[in-house]
Amino acid sequence: MDFEILIQNILNALQWGSFYALIALGYTLVYGVLLLINFAHGDIFMVGAYVGFFFAILFTGNSFIQIPFDIPLWLVFILTVVLSMIVTSFVGVTLERVAYRPLRRKGANRLYVVITALMCGLILENANLAFFGASRRMFPELIDKTIYTFGTISISNIKIMVIITAIMAFIILELIIRKTRIGMAMRAISYDRVAVPLMGIPIDRVIVFTFVLGSSMAALAGVLFVTAYPVLEPYMGAIIGWKAFIAAVVGGIGEIRGAFVGGFLLGFIEIFVAAFFPSTFRDLIAFSLLLLLLSMKPTGLFGVSRSTKI
Amino acid sequence: MMHILHKYQYFILYILFSVLMVFSAQQEWINAYIQLVIMYIGINIILSSSLNIVNGYMGEFSCGHAGFIAVGAYVTSVLNVWLFASDRVFGPAILGEYWALTLFPVTLLAGGLIASLVGLLVAIPSFNTRGDYLAIITLAVNYIVKSAIENIQIIGGARGFMGMRKVVNAMQDVWDIPWMMVFILFFTGFTVWIIWRFVSSTYGKGIIAVREDEVAAEIMGVNTRRMKMTAFMLSSGLAGIAGGLFAHVLGYINPGSFTIMKSTEVMVMVYLGGMGSLSGSVISAVLFTVLLELLRPLQVIKWVVIPLMLILLMMFRPEGIMGNRELRDFFPKHDKK
Repeated sequence: MDFEILIQNILNALQWGSFYALIALGYTLVYGVLLLINFAHGDIFMVGAYVGFFFAILFTGNSFIQIPFDIPLWLVFILTVVLSMIVTSFVGVTLERVAYRPLRRKGANRLYVVITALMCGLILENANLAFFGASRRMFPELIDKTIYTFGTISISNIKIMVIITAIMAFIILELIIRKTRIGMAMRAISYDRVAVPLMGIPIDRVIVFTFVLGSSMAALAGVLFVTAYPVLEPYMGAIIGWKAFIAAVVGGIGEIRGAFVGGFLLGFIEIFVAAFFPSTFRDLIAFSLLLLLLSMKPTGLFGVSRSTKI
Repeated sequence: MMHILHKYQYFILYILFSVLMVFSAQQEWINAYIQLVIMYIGINIILSSSLNIVNGYMGEFSCGHAGFIAVGAYVTSVLNVWLFASDRVFGPAILGEYWALTLFPVTLLAGGLIASLVGLLVAIPSFNTRGDYLAIITLAVNYIVKSAIENIQIIGGARGFMGMRKVVNAMQDVWDIPWMMVFILFFTGFTVWIIWRFVSSTYGKGIIAVREDEVAAEIMGVNTRRMKMTAFMLSSGLAGIAGGLFAHVLGYINPGSFTIMKSTEVMVMVYLGGMGSLSGSVISAVLFTVLLELLRPLQVIKWVVIPLMLILLMMFRPEGIMGNRELRDFFPKHDKK
């Protein structure tokens, strides 16, 4: 393989991995605090993309509501991202308040909450399908796509933006978790969930904050995804969500760094498998590699294995 | 005489029920659609009770059951089409119609056997992986199986595989009774019986011990590795048999029918019925299948209504329909001698 093709593939893998990493961050945040696999998270990503889509067509004046003034496109993009993150956070928190919290209060088995999360995901997917129909939608082009070429390597500004945003999001999350009081509370809950309420930490507020963080990351990923690949469909979140979950576990679920590295690892494996083999082999080889990795390191890359106390 | 009747009452009742079912299907007292629903119920009972071994009795979270169903479905179908039907790829039938009838259960068992071998892919990592990491391994196995089938062109790849209808027709040429109904009723009874015998035996109770406390179980002399291996292989093997039956009822299979969605359906049935309750699995399989069929006119809305109903059910009964109890606990036998 040429050096240039290698660089090209690395850039593609970085972009593809960014989406996985952003979604995996949401999985791992919720898991770290609640020990809950939030299987609705992939569909939260889809909701984020759709909400972004509706804001984008609203601000560009393509919807049935006409706004009387023109907004420059770069501002539209920023507004779309921010508003989509806010609205999607509400959706995530609503799921937690309506579906997960009552079950937790009743002391249901953890796996029943997981099944509820799966059902919530199905509702989001199919409600979308029922209300907006199965037709695919095109995301309006908000950013002029410019492609920079160096020799045979080409990279678009969108690709650069996606990669930088993912890294920024990771750094900001890491700072929130490490440096702020609420981040400390989140770490405390995942360390010892019995003692934390006794110390006067408002556990429900921390959980809501966790869902806000996770869902807004998913929304960010959603809007960036449709900016890069401008097609929206109701089931777009399902497969990417499952795969991002796998990435989070491979990194060591509950660890922010793990989700980030796992996401990029999955991105790299998928892109490079597709570069060497026929693309139908992508899932087969990618998942076989992950299976091998997990058999050798059963708690993921950054996960800490805890010894069982007798 | 009464003693024997009493001892085998469930067995005899089930045989009578099966004969009645087959007879009424034969006489066309129940139409083809109802027959199909009954067959689906049987298959779903096999699926949910087999997944209950791992997810309920052993307390693991396996979310890749569809992978094992796919293996069973493909192995059985390929064997049958190769042996008993003339096919474009596999050439003319090798054995005659009589053989189709006698060897069909054997091919089903072969499918189950191969599926249980694939179950080893999950069972071996389960020795030192538990909980959510194991869940991922099952998920990955599901993806691997689906993707592998998509890449084997001789069995149709992503386009799917057909020709099973000819096998069923060959069986019906020998003796015209609804054979698929017979086999499904037989294997449903067989599954429920074998799981019941297994989990209520001293040996099988080791599985529940592993769920409650693995270390304690090990100390008390339960071979936890062998227990996990048995549980996974039994579970995936029975799923394989169900897959074989499913393929022959439908007459056409493609990798797209064995996705995570299928696994989710089976998981829903297990948790709806209650973890570690065999009668719960059977009841929820019946309810769920009937519900799916009743809500069919709703089309797209169906998959909004069903999850909503399930969420509401979980809120009011967070332990599933039966919890971890059996039907027998509600109707205890008083006349024990």
